[in-house]
Amino acid sequence: MNMVRMPSRGLWAALLALGAGLTGMAHADSAADNAIIVASTTSTQDSGLFEYLLPIFERRSGITVHVVAQGTGQALDTARRGDADVVFVHARDAELKFLAEGESLRRYPVMYNDFVLVGPASDPARVRGIKDAAAALRAIRNRGAVFVSRGDRSGTNLEELSLWKTAGVDIDAVRRPWYRSIGQGMGATLNFAAATGGYTLSDRATWLNFGNKGELRILVEGDRRLRNQYGVMLVNPQKHPNVHKARGQAFIDYLVSPEGQRDIASYRINGQQLFYPDAGSDE
Amino acid sequence: MPIPTTPLPITFDDVSVHAPGSRLLDGISLSLTAGEATAVIGPNGSGKTTLLRTAMGLVAPTAGHISWAAQAAAPISRMALVSQRPVMLRRSCAGNVRYALARAGLPWRQRQQRTTELLALVGLKQVAARPARRLSGGEQQRLALARALAREPQALFLDEPTSSLDPAATRDVEDLVRTIIARGVKVVLATHDLGEARRLAGKIVLLNAGSVVESGPCEDFFTAPRTAAGARFLNGELLV
Amino acid sequence: MGAGAGSALHLVLSGDPELFAVVRLSLEISLGATVLAALIGAPLGALIALTRFPGRGFILVLLNALMGLPPVLVGLVVYLTLSRSGPLGALGWLFTPTAMAAAQTVLVLPIIAALTRQHIEDLWSEYRDELLAMNVGRLGRVATLLWDARFSLVTTLLAGFGRAAAEVGAIIIVGGNIQGYTRTMTTAIALETSKGNLALALGLGTVLLVIIVLVNALAWAARRTGERYAT
Repeated sequence: MNMVRMPSRGLWAALLALGAGLTGMAHADSAADNAIIVASTTSTQDSGLFEYLLPIFERRSGITVHVVAQGTGQALDTARRGDADVVFVHARDAELKFLAEGESLRRYPVMYNDFVLVGPASDPARVRGIKDAAAALRAIRNRGAVFVSRGDRSGTNLEELSLWKTAGVDIDAVRRPWYRSIGQGMGATLNFAAATGGYTLSDRATWLNFGNKGELRILVEGDRRLRNQYGVMLVNPQKHPNVHKARGQAFIDYLVSPEGQRDIASYRINGQQLFYPDAGSDE
Repeated sequence: MPIPTTPLPITFDDVSVHAPGSRLLDGISLSLTAGEATAVIGPNGSGKTTLLRTAMGLVAPTAGHISWAAQAAAPISRMALVSQRPVMLRRSCAGNVRYALARAGLPWRQRQQRTTELLALVGLKQVAARPARRLSGGEQQRLALARALAREPQALFLDEPTSSLDPAATRDVEDLVRTIIARGVKVVLATHDLGEARRLAGKIVLLNAGSVVESGPCEDFFTAPRTAAGARFLNGELLV
Repeated sequence: MGAGAGSALHLVLSGDPELFAVVRLSLEISLGATVLAALIGAPLGALIALTRFPGRGFILVLLNALMGLPPVLVGLVVYLTLSRSGPLGALGWLFTPTAMAAAQTVLVLPIIAALTRQHIEDLWSEYRDELLAMNVGRLGRVATLLWDARFSLVTTLLAGFGRAAAEVGAIIIVGGNIQGYTRTMTTAIALETSKGNLALALGLGTVLLVIIVLVNALAWAARRTGERYAT
């Protein structure tokens, strides 16, 4: 009896209000005017490098850099979707694949740091001081000691997986609970390792910057295989016309320039250098 | 088609109102004309409320016809209904009356003054600012009357206006109703207080189980009911 | 918790500009989302309350179910929608506060619509006879019910705001947690936790908690004022 027709006018007015409101908010973001989006990794962000480097670049160029930190795999996918202008990660094989797909036209090596194997001070698997990182992982497996993996296709994760392969361990076939793949960033993984007294692979920068070390210590380092190379790429503007080509290239040019490289080298935590610039190298 | 200026006379022509599983009104034929008030009496469930709501145009008959001044469309804006338990809006007393005035189309400039007049008429001027839901039963009934009068109705339907009131409040409300009748408003009053029917009305309609048992001038009914059922009802017997 | 409170106090007293920027962004986004959700949700809820249409029961169930939308799911869907390779990519809203407000609007909208529908339907069952007898038209009914239920509606809005302010899953996906741009209190807490800066995370959490308590105090005051007219 009380049928009410849809008040289409009211509904349209409301939808317009929604659109207007959101667009208004969008225009209020003046920072979007001269900005680029850089898809990078959580470990790079957690190291604090961007907080150090970006203000220098922004002062120089007037370009605001928005860093979206994800796992390496996710960062590259974000770029594939055209949602980033520049991608700055540390997983050489994945980057070369990205290049081969035509998602970028050129890859620039920028810097490297290294990975460290951290674990509980009590070291149940007796890996402390072992020079061969793959051998250390094998010892952990043999002991059945807890190992925490990032499990998120990040650069760190890919490095860890390649070490297992080198060690001759088929990690995919592992069913025992000593191997915990938690699918999260470096910080969360370190939290987990600290809480469970487990081993994990971390990049040195994040480790140094990490505030909740608990009983964890560096147990294995220095193996050549633990070197972690960073590369930066401009997303291909031919594939994604929305990419801010000039601004993105300006950022890349800064990173590989002598000044940029010097700035990277001068970033320290507790007096310790975290990243070693190697632009133009043939890694 | 010109809008009729008066809803009267309201003519029921063999009107039935069916609801799933029950017959609320069954073959009602009567006429509500201007002038004296009409009292609708009868036991609980006899259809008094339905009769009032149908006469107001809020309920459509499932059979038969009703007409208002020979028109088929109910001029609801010319009529008003006070329910048995009137619902107070969550506003002050004055707010309730102002709301009714606004719905009736009075320009907002005139609303404040008219509100004061109406509240004075029903004797609620001193509680104008109080939340309406905090009023006593009698006061709420009077406020509902003020709301109804805000519409300047030519026909006013009152559904058991004093059934839950004490004698003093009843007297106040009945005095008000007399004033309204005197102003020329056609009052149709459903009540199970026979004394009240006799006090206020000139015509009477006795309902039972949805049908009209007897109707006619009030005094005639009370002194000499024409039907056996009418006599039994006056005698205080239950009509089953 | 003591370290957290100490951190929070230190942050607030030192007038840390980054903290204030983060708080401001959180409030802006949550307020904006709540207002937008209210503009659409309240009339929508009122409409559903007052209309009979085929499939109404299903809509009611759906509306109530949507109140429990997992935020990360909403974040994912909004992300894919706003991505450059998605249908609304041309808007360029991804990784901006606008996307965060949009995601939160989607989350808060069902809450406001469902609760409004409940309040309006309850009030309508009370007012029905009276409003019909006064010959109030459709639009008038909606307006009257919305106004008379205003205190309940305010508590509904505050509930929506509380949900938005506490949210983190959706906005971290669509906003990217960019420092100085799309970082809110909740996403900052997530970040600092993952960096192991637990004391700082607790500090931020304390500030957030204080805000939420204030919001609830407002809701309580609104309810009390409403009771004045309702009883």
